[in-house]
Amino acid sequence: MQGTIGGPAPARLVAFAFGLGLLVAVGGTAAAQQHAGQYDQVDIEYGAQIFAQRCVVCHGERGDLLPQANLRSGTYRNASSDRELSRVLTDGVPNTAMVPTGYTGSELTALVAYLRNITTYDPTAVSVALGDPARGRELAEGAGGCIYCHRIGAEGPRYAPPLTDAGARLSAATIRRILVDPNGAMLPANRPVRAVTEDGEVIVGRRLNEDTFTVQLITQDERLVALDKTTLREYTVGTESAMQPYGEIFDEAELADLLAWVLTLQGFER
Amino acid sequence: MNAHYRTAFAAPGKVRALSGSLVDAARRMTLGAPSVLVALAAGAQVTSDQLVDAAATPENWLTYSGTYLSQRYTTLDRITPENVDELELKWVFQAASLEAFETTPLVVDGIMYLTEAPNTAIALDASTGRIFWRYQYDPSTEARPCCGRVNRGLAILGDKVFMATIDAELIAIDAATGQPVWQTNVADPSLGYAMTLAPLAIDDKVIVGVAGGEYGIRGFISAYDVDTGEEVWRFYTIPAPGEPGHETWEEGGDAWMNGGASVWLTGSYDPELNLTYWGIGNPGPDWNPAQRPGDNLYSDSVVALDADTGELVWHFQFTPGDPYDYDSVQIPVLVDLETDDIASGKLMLWANRNGFFYVLDRTNGEFIRGTPFVYVNWASGLDESGRPIETPQGPEAVTYPGVQGGTNWYSPSYSPNTELFYVTVWENYGSIFRPVEVEYQPGRVFGGGTLSGPIPGAANLPGFGRQPVNNWTEEVGNGAIHALDPRTGEQVWRFPTTDISHSGILTTATDVLFTGSREGYFYALDARSGELLWRERLGGQGANGPMSYSLDGEQYVAIAMGVGLFVYGLPE
Repeated sequence: MQGTIGGPAPARLVAFAFGLGLLVAVGGTAAAQQHAGQYDQVDIEYGAQIFAQRCVVCHGERGDLLPQANLRSGTYRNASSDRELSRVLTDGVPNTAMVPTGYTGSELTALVAYLRNITTYDPTAVSVALGDPARGRELAEGAGGCIYCHRIGAEGPRYAPPLTDAGARLSAATIRRILVDPNGAMLPANRPVRAVTEDGEVIVGRRLNEDTFTVQLITQDERLVALDKTTLREYTVGTESAMQPYGEIFDEAELADLLAWVLTLQGFER
Repeated sequence: MNAHYRTAFAAPGKVRALSGSLVDAARRMTLGAPSVLVALAAGAQVTSDQLVDAAATPENWLTYSGTYLSQRYTTLDRITPENVDELELKWVFQAASLEAFETTPLVVDGIMYLTEAPNTAIALDASTGRIFWRYQYDPSTEARPCCGRVNRGLAILGDKVFMATIDAELIAIDAATGQPVWQTNVADPSLGYAMTLAPLAIDDKVIVGVAGGEYGIRGFISAYDVDTGEEVWRFYTIPAPGEPGHETWEEGGDAWMNGGASVWLTGSYDPELNLTYWGIGNPGPDWNPAQRPGDNLYSDSVVALDADTGELVWHFQFTPGDPYDYDSVQIPVLVDLETDDIASGKLMLWANRNGFFYVLDRTNGEFIRGTPFVYVNWASGLDESGRPIETPQGPEAVTYPGVQGGTNWYSPSYSPNTELFYVTVWENYGSIFRPVEVEYQPGRVFGGGTLSGPIPGAANLPGFGRQPVNNWTEEVGNGAIHALDPRTGEQVWRFPTTDISHSGILTTATDVLFTGSREGYFYALDARSGELLWRERLGGQGANGPMSYSLDGEQYVAIAMGVGLFVYGLPE
């Protein structure tokens, strides 16, 4: 039967979406800033963690140790918007001990979320969103099976998007959304495609690039393949990720561990 | 320092061990993972044996210069002198960067890998030019390449491509995903070290050299493990005190420490001899040899290094104690040719920036002959060892060739079919050199002089921008393609052009010669006669050589001109 070239994906496409692992959404770090005043709890917690490691020496545990830079005051001398706050965190403040830093996008999102909520954040409350990365790694390599689809550095399969620097590139909130709702979080650009060539060969791949007449894929056997759509017998784009919603197999504590592990994936040092 | 993963929880070795041994099939079924993934397939896309035998797969273009011999010659034969005028444009890749586009693409089984300025690597479909992936590296603002944020291309080996950056980092990139795998700092960009060349991959190593000859660097060539990025060996192009050759710097005291001798073009390799050959740049300061008396080894030389260890096996210096910036970074062209000169037939052909065309024995560096291919007045000739008999021109006199040389970095070509050597030449081009004492300051230009052309106000340097109007006229020289006979050193034909050219040359088994020009033409000559066969106006400067590949038996030629990569083939 003839498929619909470039048309909507029929429901049966679920059947071929088997190979797709975590289809990572990019650009998620900005998401938390799109709605002023709305910050995800997991970003706030991650920010609190980073604050405790990087900021308390000067700013104090509560953030009010420096009278000239009281982080609990609700206003900042050098920043008003979240974007400006990120810039201060990145570039530092000239002629002060606040030096430029190399925070990742993920860390900046988290620090801003924490600073915006510093007065209401309860440091004594037991964290549920961010767990233990070591336990998370065990899950990733065991019951979670992350590493059987995702490449990290120079190891692992290439079909699913690599996780090498996922913890630097994606905000904590974005990673959590992918873990609990892989379909909803999947970027359209990463959707699975299935093509049948004129001579009947079935090609299944993750979409890398597409135009009106051609599509570029990485196949399950890790080949880069370009197809001329006008010559295909069938061409369909799926919307379902093969990645299982992890909320269905893991409890909250395990999800928190897994998220903490993904946040440790920072690419490599320059 | 070598790059490594920051996390304690994702050591790559550990992941491999787990994925190889602890796979629970039932669990993967539960997760819906495909069964093939455990195989970790992909693996090597290009083996080192394939690189050695690159000539056997002319559908691919596996190294910067096509093969280890660096002849820029293809055995593909669909395009001929008879049908070359039927060539039609198949597709164009437009670079996103408006900076100089000096890449030679690689092609492996229908995938093309190329770079654009400053340091972006791209994989695209060689049949359409559509992109699979794009990896953009943002070089440090400490980078200070002398002559533009240029990158000339990639090396490929195994499942990785390798990019050398203008801030002197070497980056390994997964050829399938476009993700960086490792990154190694090669040198300090704040001291003027930069890399603009395409690396050379040999066996299990990737080899690079450093630019920066205008900044008082101490040049070197170094090799890195393809899997880890760890440095395997390093050869300094200026010997330290106590090492052989240092006596050629001794009189200048500490001059050797900032003596330049950069390496900014890709070397060649003879697998039988296991020697890798690299051209070395000018000594520094460029134009004031009084600050560095002596021959200044190994500046302006070719060095032959053991590819396993980086040890120097032989060297040949073209321009001792150079006052003219006659970098000898040209591509070493390795040729096997029966001649009366040497029994092995293992020649190296070298049209040098200093205006002489050299034939060397590449087994031992012995000089066979050297003949001027342009007007030369800085030397009256070469003695029997190949050393120039120098005839320095007085103050305010014009030295030929000028500062940019009789030729420069543009890749030459050798055709085993015609047994001729082809080179892009600047004819009748001279400069007036005015040496000036200069103090070395870290990271600052260390030129030691000024220069100008013979006609006040006229062009003498080509300029690195894109000029819509030719500023290069007959008074200050012109470009040309020369065909030279390696058996005699004599010119067989020449094809003159009004403007100078930065474009390299490709020859084919059917005796078609392709090249580009600064004037914006992509054109084909008859490699036997120099007759113009075909030309196409592409409207941008050619700043690297054409290459060729094939898909499903159809031959294509590609050239970067302006900010586009233009791909031509015959009508279907």
